[in-house]
Amino acid sequence: MFLKSGAMALVTLGFAPSFLARTVEAAGTRKKLLIAIFQRGAVDGLNMVVPFGEDEYHRARPTIAIARPGRTDGAVDLDGFFGLHPRMAVLKPLWDQGHLAVVHASGSHDATRSHFDAQDYMESATPGVKSTRDGWLNRYLQAVDEARNPLRGVALTRQMPRALQGPASALAMGSVSSFAVRGDMAAKATFEAAYAGAADRVLNGTAAEAFDAMRTLAREAGTRSRPLGLTSYPRSPFGQALQEIASLAKADVGLEVAFAESTGWDHHANEGGATGQMANRLDDFSHGIAALAQDLGDRLADTVILTMSEFGRAVAENGSRGTDHGHGNAMMIIGGAVKGRRVLGEWPGLARERRFEARDLAVTTDFRDVFAEVVTAHLGASPAAAARVFPGYRVDPARFRGLFRA
Amino acid sequence: MSHRPARPVAAAVVITLVLQAPATGMLALSAPSAPSAAHILNRLGYGPRPGDIARIQRIGVEAWIEQQLHPERIDDRMLEARLAAFETLTLDSETIVREYHEPAIRARRARQLAQSGPPQPSPDVQGQRGDGRPAASPSPAAPVPSASPASSAASVPSAASASDRVILVELEQAKLLRAIYSERQLQEVLVDFWFNHFNVFAGKGPTRAYITSFERDVIRPHVLGSFRQMLEAVASSPAMLFYLDNWMNTSPEAARADRTLRQGQRRPGPTRAPGRAEAGALRAQRQAEGRSPTRGINENYARELLELHTLGVDGGYTQDDIVNVARAFTGWTFRPRQGTAFHFSPARHDDGEKRVLGQRIAGGGGIEDGRRVLDLLVAHPSTARFIATKLAQRFVADEPPQALVDRAARRFAETRGDLGEVTRAVITSPEFLAADAGRSKVKTPLEFVASAIRATGAEVRSALPLARALRDLGMPLYFCQPPTGYDEVADPWVSSGALVARMNFALELGANRLRGVSIGDGDVTALRERIVQDVLAGHISTTTRAALDRAATADQAVALAIGSPEFQRQ
Repeated sequence: MFLKSGAMALVTLGFAPSFLARTVEAAGTRKKLLIAIFQRGAVDGLNMVVPFGEDEYHRARPTIAIARPGRTDGAVDLDGFFGLHPRMAVLKPLWDQGHLAVVHASGSHDATRSHFDAQDYMESATPGVKSTRDGWLNRYLQAVDEARNPLRGVALTRQMPRALQGPASALAMGSVSSFAVRGDMAAKATFEAAYAGAADRVLNGTAAEAFDAMRTLAREAGTRSRPLGLTSYPRSPFGQALQEIASLAKADVGLEVAFAESTGWDHHANEGGATGQMANRLDDFSHGIAALAQDLGDRLADTVILTMSEFGRAVAENGSRGTDHGHGNAMMIIGGAVKGRRVLGEWPGLARERRFEARDLAVTTDFRDVFAEVVTAHLGASPAAAARVFPGYRVDPARFRGLFRA
Repeated sequence: MSHRPARPVAAAVVITLVLQAPATGMLALSAPSAPSAAHILNRLGYGPRPGDIARIQRIGVEAWIEQQLHPERIDDRMLEARLAAFETLTLDSETIVREYHEPAIRARRARQLAQSGPPQPSPDVQGQRGDGRPAASPSPAAPVPSASPASSAASVPSAASASDRVILVELEQAKLLRAIYSERQLQEVLVDFWFNHFNVFAGKGPTRAYITSFERDVIRPHVLGSFRQMLEAVASSPAMLFYLDNWMNTSPEAARADRTLRQGQRRPGPTRAPGRAEAGALRAQRQAEGRSPTRGINENYARELLELHTLGVDGGYTQDDIVNVARAFTGWTFRPRQGTAFHFSPARHDDGEKRVLGQRIAGGGGIEDGRRVLDLLVAHPSTARFIATKLAQRFVADEPPQALVDRAARRFAETRGDLGEVTRAVITSPEFLAADAGRSKVKTPLEFVASAIRATGAEVRSALPLARALRDLGMPLYFCQPPTGYDEVADPWVSSGALVARMNFALELGANRLRGVSIGDGDVTALRERIVQDVLAGHISTTTRAALDRAATADQAVALAIGSPEFQRQ
């Protein structure tokens, strides 16, 4: 007991030698963790993970294409054909260490180019079906039988994202520090009693989760550690959300699924290339993820960071040096167990006749193939549980892309 | 604000009656019960103030609704007096750009030069801010920063930046003050509804400078008027043209036209005059972008026009329709460098034939192409259904009864989109008036905050802390980034973090810790009873009731009532 609290004190100060940190973690009920990051607004995956090896890419984007590696502001070469946007260079070490893989030309079989519908479909993981009530991350929490703990699923967003909505306990909060009733004990107790006594089952359940979680967080507050690593989090809402997630991940609160979102990807005009609007968003995005991976330290070994966006953007730039709504896109997957250094999936090519509806990157990997592989191979859901997470979709390991080391 | 003395009715009796009353299905229109009156006030306005329920009971529901459907007949001088101090609300966009927005940009650039750090893209070239929030606002109790235009244009960079910020600081406050104090409650609800329907985002470049006029001149005059007129006003507003990029939407052929025009410039003559103007416009845009002129269509507005403004996502359009609608709106633009007036540019317009929703639009129509598209959309049954559904969601239920939607859609079709008539069809429907519609909706953060202030009769000297509360609650005013607007339905607003934030707001309000917002101190018992009867209209659980009875101070009574589960619904 003494050792544990002593070690925790050290972790809190940020001085803990890694063996002590490991001891602390081992003492808790550490679970596999999925951190889902949604790029809302449909990121231009072709300028994020750039197919520089294809001439058509450069032809279709005369003013916004990223130059080939080696040129001024060129892409960061990954495998001789694909490269990262130059402002994402901070993620290259993760690639080199084999912790980062990309699934390109992934997305939905549904053709919608509506942000709202496509986000809905991706978060419910039932493309084409609007009547699905709950989100896929919530269904994961439902499918795996666990004691009720609202901190199993946490979104660092003010609104509960669609992906986590549903009957299983989950939390959404703008920040962990703001998640406390700032009144005296009497006020807290009275609110809790009023909500517990309410006939209103929606509010009553949500409040019960909130009060449970507040107690756990207060108890664990002393164990929350300062960020590890050399890369500092961006001071943006996205960076702060990731920092909060890392801090929850390292505390002993039972976190299994975390959600964060990055906004501002809908670049219909003046998207920019190596610099400009999208480059600035990518800078925030990739510095946030790089800091998160470092900060997780040993915890990265049993964590997967998965990025997604509702659809990609048209292959050709439009009349305003931007890109209109498209179809296929790129997802990134990062983690200790990820079999990285690979761009996965079949590349359909960008030639006009190879495009979806003659304009967009085609989809060769159903995004649910990626979700399902993460849920089974990483989170460890049984085939039966996985089937409940993805209604209307057959979980078939033959379609998995081999995201993880055996 | 005067506090009515509490009526000497034992609250417990009221509750018992309410709980035992069978669901009557329909309101007694002439003398509604307190819960029915509260329902009307919650849904058609921002909740009851002390005394409002009795007022509706006195004049009757029908008469009250009829009054609200004619806002111009309602005296609103008290509100106008509160808004009189704001300096930007009555200005046109050109003045706001010239005296507030541009000086702020110049100051920002000067500051960057002075710091001689790496050049940072200013928020004005960055299309979208990442954080979805207005720049830090001044301290809540401080008066609205009123840097005079002259001084802000001059030298002091920070003051100049504040002068840009003041546009939004005033808009946010005005919106809250209207919600709280306007007697034209239905009109304010509708302005919020239609602004949200045609959402624009203040964080995208100069959009913030156009929003004052957008809300005042484009949305507000039409909320009980013609949908067709509002649609065209929106389509030609600088706020929407910029936010959804249509100002750049240009025929691919325009490149040739541009070259011709530039050559034309060297051949002076009266026939070339329009050409010079066109070339000038293109050059100005080029300068604004710091690049050569753009050409080619931009689908952004066309898609949202169909999906979000008219037909709805399942309204039966295709990608081809979107491209053709985008072509029809090529040349609908304005010249950011020269002002904010709408401008149709024939040189940028694609004059070929278009096919939209199975209808042929002959070539050569010029600006009429876009108008023809708007006509088609307003006449389309999907639009009637979509608008009817959204209004029914706002006023009646998250999943509104189909029969009501059908009737309202029919009214839309019959009146060719007379929004006064469609609104009337919804809010005088048996479904709306049915008692079971009561309390089925969770309040949005704006509805929660405004209704809390109205319920407590608090006096608002500065609405800044309320605007800040809305940011904490996830609903920053004018900063909803996606064109979808904020959710009309409850699910996303019910999160644990949001409930905790609502409890904290209630605690701060009760303890008078929101600077600039004060609840008068009065008799605790009287306040408690007023909240039970006049605000919750007796809808209160035994637990909440017991907690209220135990409240030792007015602070606690207010906090408990406002933070209670019952108060989160309407």
